[in-house]
Amino acid sequence: MRVLAAMSGGVDSAVAAALAVDAGHDVTGVHLALSPDRQTLRSGARGCCSVEDAHDARRVADELGIPFYVWDLAERFTEDVVDDFVAEYAAGRTPNPCLRCNERIKFTAVLDRALALGFDAVVTGHHARLADGRLRRSVDAAKDQSYVLGVLTAEQLAGARFPLGSMTKERVRAIAAERGFAVATKPDSHDICFIPDGDTRGFLTRRLGVHPGPVVDAATGATVGTHEGTHGFTVGQRRGLGIAVGDQRPRYVLAIEPLTRTVTVGTADLAGVAEVPTAPPTWTGPAPELPLRAEVQLRAHSAAVACTVTAGDGGGLVIALDEAQRGVAPGQSAVLYAPDPVRGDLVLGQGTVAG
Amino acid sequence: MTYLDHAATTPVLPEVLAAMTEQWGRVGNASSLHAGGRAARRAAEQSRERLAEALGARPSEVLFTGGGTESDNLAVKGLFWARREADSRRRRLVVSPAEHHAVLDSAEWLAKHEGAEITWLSLESTGRVTPDALADALGDGSDVAVASVMWANNEIGTVSDVAALAAVAHAVGVPLHTDAVQAVGQVPVDFTASGVDALTMTGHKLGGPMGAGALLLRRDLECTPLLHGGGQERDVRSGTLDVPAIVGLAVAATTAVTSRAERAARLSALRDRLVAGVLEQVPDAQLNGAPLDGLLDGTAAGGPGRLPGNAHLSFPGAEGDALLMLLDARGIECSTGSACSAGVARPSHVLTAVGAAADRARSSLRFSLGSTSTDDDVDALLAVIAPVVERARRAGRGR
Repeated sequence: MRVLAAMSGGVDSAVAAALAVDAGHDVTGVHLALSPDRQTLRSGARGCCSVEDAHDARRVADELGIPFYVWDLAERFTEDVVDDFVAEYAAGRTPNPCLRCNERIKFTAVLDRALALGFDAVVTGHHARLADGRLRRSVDAAKDQSYVLGVLTAEQLAGARFPLGSMTKERVRAIAAERGFAVATKPDSHDICFIPDGDTRGFLTRRLGVHPGPVVDAATGATVGTHEGTHGFTVGQRRGLGIAVGDQRPRYVLAIEPLTRTVTVGTADLAGVAEVPTAPPTWTGPAPELPLRAEVQLRAHSAAVACTVTAGDGGGLVIALDEAQRGVAPGQSAVLYAPDPVRGDLVLGQGTVAG
Repeated sequence: MTYLDHAATTPVLPEVLAAMTEQWGRVGNASSLHAGGRAARRAAEQSRERLAEALGARPSEVLFTGGGTESDNLAVKGLFWARREADSRRRRLVVSPAEHHAVLDSAEWLAKHEGAEITWLSLESTGRVTPDALADALGDGSDVAVASVMWANNEIGTVSDVAALAAVAHAVGVPLHTDAVQAVGQVPVDFTASGVDALTMTGHKLGGPMGAGALLLRRDLECTPLLHGGGQERDVRSGTLDVPAIVGLAVAATTAVTSRAERAARLSALRDRLVAGVLEQVPDAQLNGAPLDGLLDGTAAGGPGRLPGNAHLSFPGAEGDALLMLLDARGIECSTGSACSAGVARPSHVLTAVGAAADRARSSLRFSLGSTSTDDDVDALLAVIAPVVERARRAGRGR
């Protein structure tokens, strides 16, 4: 099989590419030049990248003896991921850019191009199991990335290979070390790749400007603070609210209204959400029959909770949670799982939390 | 493997390998006074004389460097600094926008950090710089530090009439530097006859080692050094002479120049067959640069010449990097002509400079022939080019 290995320069995609070579595939490595950040992108006469990650990826490809290319997808990434990220925050929602990147860049732009160029599949270093076209959680629960893949369709998954899903991160690093890859000890990436300093609020303020507004307490209607832009907040957020309330009880962001620039906060008892409406869902396989008993994960690093899924308005879903949850933010994906302790929880699909 | 990227680098000639291997077996710093040093010095100076003879220069005009990039940097920066020091009005650089980045980036660095002003030469659509264009850009020349126009372009292979350009520059008292990295061994290059003041050449484009080159520099021209130290090369360039590399450079240059006419005839015939074959299979492909009917000396009556081994084509609707990848997968090695250290393909700055649309600049490939090229190489390309272009076009759609 001819496969294209997407190589970020990190240890996971390096080992994924190596395993694809070991499996006897005809592997070609590709590094995606995505960064619209001028700090990591050399502009000027040549206008090209000097990203260290591209070098790391190339080093691994050379060690594996596979062809290696850099594909410049920065423009598309800027439009589909970065601009979308900013627009979503501006609209008071909380997007997940990694999910968007998988949906529109890795498994649309890259996969389409790979298939057109004669490849059979795209291999990535994602931690998720994919067998017989069904997407499941990784063996390594702490590193599981099925949440950010939950948006993929059956067609997209048919062109994807995730060789790392059945091993722990520890094992991945051990394989990299055995092979002498310099990236074996490279730290995991945590931040949003286009915000390397991790200061999301600062990034958004640079893009959107300062738009002061009130922070209002839901119970009293009183203004308890001011803020410099609703884009600095996420529903469910507790820290960094910059408010003064007399009762010393923690407040959570309940709602964000960009038009009136109002951030509404409330106590824990008000922050719980029991019913989650979503936009029309995407399914990783055949659409399941509704109503459906399932588990839902409401953000990248939270536990899944039991729920009942029914049809909602306009083709969307209504996800009734067995127990109310805090931090259900519009714009996030509600990824649905069918629990399976043996083969790994099966990813059914997702719907974007409405609001 | 079908190697059609000789303009990137070309195989080391067997006689070069033999001469360098022999030299590597000896000890001696060419600056040392003892017998070993003297032997090394003798080998280096013999090589200087051989290189000078091959290029129509005097031995004292040869400065050994670490290659084309260093020679270009030394010529552009060194002449700028020296000439401005002699007359502070000389702040202008007159440069072709199709130059190699070693010249372009040196000029832009001087503009950014040293107060230089760049005047970009206008080019014909073939990429040629005409004497009139140079004359216009120079004006009365009083404020010009140095002009730089490449002898032959590395991407599209266009040859300019450097002697005519040198005459124009000298008429207003401006020195002309030329990057002849691609020209040496391909077209006749005679430093003295051309009249240029400084000429860049390198070893690995003509069968010599990488990391060895020379700047031919007129004796009466002041040039501020980039590398200070032992002053080995006329006090303009310091560093222990890399004697094995210098020996290899000289053998390569001599061999390449001696066999040039015969090779040029052979390669231009092969190249013509390659271009005709590609155009037959991909009728809407476009040849970039000068027409093929240039004379074998790289010139053409009334028009620009073209390097004999150069074929540069655009395939509208296909991305150059997709074409490159598909050809690579089929064992054919060529170039998009313009890739940076991170490997991101960009529209060729040369094609952009000659007025090509971004799509044409993005969809181009350079096939370059050299000493080891054969009919089989051309056949191998022609066997796959049509389906490769077709596939790349499909992949390009919808992007």
